[in-house]
Amino acid sequence: MQNTSTAIGPLQTFRHGVHPEEFKELSCNSRIERMPFVEEYILPLGQHIGAPSKAVVKEGQRVRRGEMIAEPGGFVSVALHSPVDGTVAAIDLFDQPNGQMAPGIKIKTDPFSTQKLAVNLPTPPENLTTKEFIAAVQQAGLVGMGGAAFPAHVKFSIPEGKSCKYLMMNGCECEPFLTCDHRVMVEYAGDLIDGCEILQRFVPAEKVYIAVEANKPDAILVLREAAKKSRLDIEVVGLEVKYPQGAEKMMISAILGEEVPAGKLPLDVGTMVSNVGTIVAMSQYFRKGLPLIERVVTVSGTAVKRPANVLVPIGTPMRQVVDYCGGLTHPSPRMLLGGPMMGAVQKNLDVPVVKGTSGILLLTDQEVQDINTLNCIRCGRCLDACPLFLNPARMGALARKGLWEEMEDYNVLDCFECGSCSFVCPSGIPLVQSFRVGKAMIRERKAREKEG
Amino acid sequence: MVQPSKITISTSPFLHHRDTTPKIMWEVVYTLVPVFLAAFYYFGLSALLVSVAAIAGCLATEWFFDKNAQRGASLRDGSAMITGMLLALTLPPGFPMWMAFLGGVVAIGMGKIIWGGLGQNIFNPALLGRAFLQAAFPTAITTWEAPDGQYLAARGTNLALPFFQGETVDAVAMATPLAQMKFSQQATPVMDLFLGNISGSLGETCGVVLILAGLYLAWRKIINWRIPVGILLAVGVLSGALYLIDSQKFASPVFIALAGGLLLGTVYMATDLVTSPLTPKGIWIYSIGIGLLVVLIRVWGGLPEGVMYAILLMNAATPLINKFTRTRVYGY
Repeated sequence: MQNTSTAIGPLQTFRHGVHPEEFKELSCNSRIERMPFVEEYILPLGQHIGAPSKAVVKEGQRVRRGEMIAEPGGFVSVALHSPVDGTVAAIDLFDQPNGQMAPGIKIKTDPFSTQKLAVNLPTPPENLTTKEFIAAVQQAGLVGMGGAAFPAHVKFSIPEGKSCKYLMMNGCECEPFLTCDHRVMVEYAGDLIDGCEILQRFVPAEKVYIAVEANKPDAILVLREAAKKSRLDIEVVGLEVKYPQGAEKMMISAILGEEVPAGKLPLDVGTMVSNVGTIVAMSQYFRKGLPLIERVVTVSGTAVKRPANVLVPIGTPMRQVVDYCGGLTHPSPRMLLGGPMMGAVQKNLDVPVVKGTSGILLLTDQEVQDINTLNCIRCGRCLDACPLFLNPARMGALARKGLWEEMEDYNVLDCFECGSCSFVCPSGIPLVQSFRVGKAMIRERKAREKEG
Repeated sequence: MVQPSKITISTSPFLHHRDTTPKIMWEVVYTLVPVFLAAFYYFGLSALLVSVAAIAGCLATEWFFDKNAQRGASLRDGSAMITGMLLALTLPPGFPMWMAFLGGVVAIGMGKIIWGGLGQNIFNPALLGRAFLQAAFPTAITTWEAPDGQYLAARGTNLALPFFQGETVDAVAMATPLAQMKFSQQATPVMDLFLGNISGSLGETCGVVLILAGLYLAWRKIINWRIPVGILLAVGVLSGALYLIDSQKFASPVFIALAGGLLLGTVYMATDLVTSPLTPKGIWIYSIGIGLLVVLIRVWGGLPEGVMYAILLMNAATPLINKFTRTRVYGY
């Protein structure tokens, strides 16, 4: 690896942060494989942040693969499309990955269909106005695919008075285990560059950065090669392998050496950040008419037989994705959605893959060990870990006493819950969890005060 | 169907750094082993007796007050062991065992348990125990003997019965380098200080072992490097300035750094995680404060040695320092 690492050049990074074990070797070299179609798909109407989509189909109606089945329920909302040719079996409440029951559309796959995409090629981006572009992105059902699932067109709309100097493509993928963005960058490098070019038409940035952690040297080299042909000024930046390098603010600090002021957005420092997967999906929509009906999901962990990166139609039950990867090797694994640092536990395999599902992890005691909680020994490791320079030790002590207002004074609301403090705490104190509680209490109080 | 024996409810993050509090504590214990070997080498059986007594006092007290369902579980975190070892290292080799044991009881009972146990205390427990001994038995704790090479002979005072001092009959009493400096302006050769061929407490003789242990702990990030650096800088600058003013009256900075308990206190006691500040700025204030106090006490105080009080005083200031040195939060 010595040669590749010198080829990447000097690495940039932010201050503080932690170095969890990466576990990427489980899946980083497996090419993206397409998951076969299954019998049924469940498409929740609220897969994104914002208003749920509104169903535009009826039970029993035939739908085509790629056809819109739900329209945006407002500006902060996106369209939803059928991942297969089939029939609408039910519009009902279904189990969601977040643990709730919520409305969704169940589609029964037509077993005789060839599953060809119902192509309605959109107007080429070259002929669109900015307004039409934003509407097209909303129609494509695009959301941030790093996990937050924030509607992409909302992010792409620049409010009046703001301007965007830099576009940043986030390919850091600093969460352990996850390799979906890695594979997407290697295998869809051309689409990523094309997506940057499309976006730059409507968000006229001077420069495009593609940020990749140095543990993906193949992606860096492939992207640098692909970027050479572009009309844009694209710099593929190698970043130090450190968690949470992929957090928006940390990435901006690493590349621009500038902090995003508290309570402000990246646009306030002239930057727009987007996950690489989102931009690839946008390119595929404009070039091939493919709306967001499938995404790459990393299935990994020692409790799954064959860790892999799978291109999964949205709505596929997770049980079938896991079965496709050879099934479980452990009777009671710990299942997580997303990465192990910020992901959520999942108790139920019978929920669908949604637009924000970046990883399905099935872990055993080999990777996850609970440690006993002891008193804080004030070692200060959490202070050295926190990328926002907060004082987690102090805030944890305040949380234990329920002193929420004092926590707010210690800027707990700035915490974005990366979990670095809990990761390093030698006494195993669930710091970040106590901050989640504290933040909720503070918000509740504020809401109550507002009501009067 | 296998029924789960235990249900774990947890939230992210699910990965954890390999260091845990017990691992950190035991690692400190391991680094103390060479320091003890040096003490045994210079003071023989006496050193062993004093150490065993002080450690036993600490462990017994920790066990007695343990609130865990399984009494004694808290001994596993290693912190009582560290306190016992550190207390032993601050005692003179001829110290009566019963006093050392009592010191251990006070160190854990008054230094730690009474505050709420692990992590809750304000003062370094070992130093608190020693401060108690200094107040209670001022003669015994300032009776120093030179390393005499008689490994197997316990000093007569070691075995004194409780409430008795014991008599120093056959041992060669010898002033510590700091006392010689303070009361007769006589400096000990630096090489002796470095290697430990001097009189003093168990742990304050051999400088080289302490320096190596400190470097290792700082490299492992178990102690914060800013603390030893801050202390030694402050000591060096202040005592250096005094030395430049009058090299007859004042000791050289190298002497000040190597003599007495400064290295032991710098590496193991000032760096106590629990009783030192959290914020980087606070740590500088704390460590420089210790360094200045050490020189002030040694030069102008009534006592030849000032490390213990310097650290305890800055321990007392730590909560305030934490309060007034807030970290600058990202984006503000």
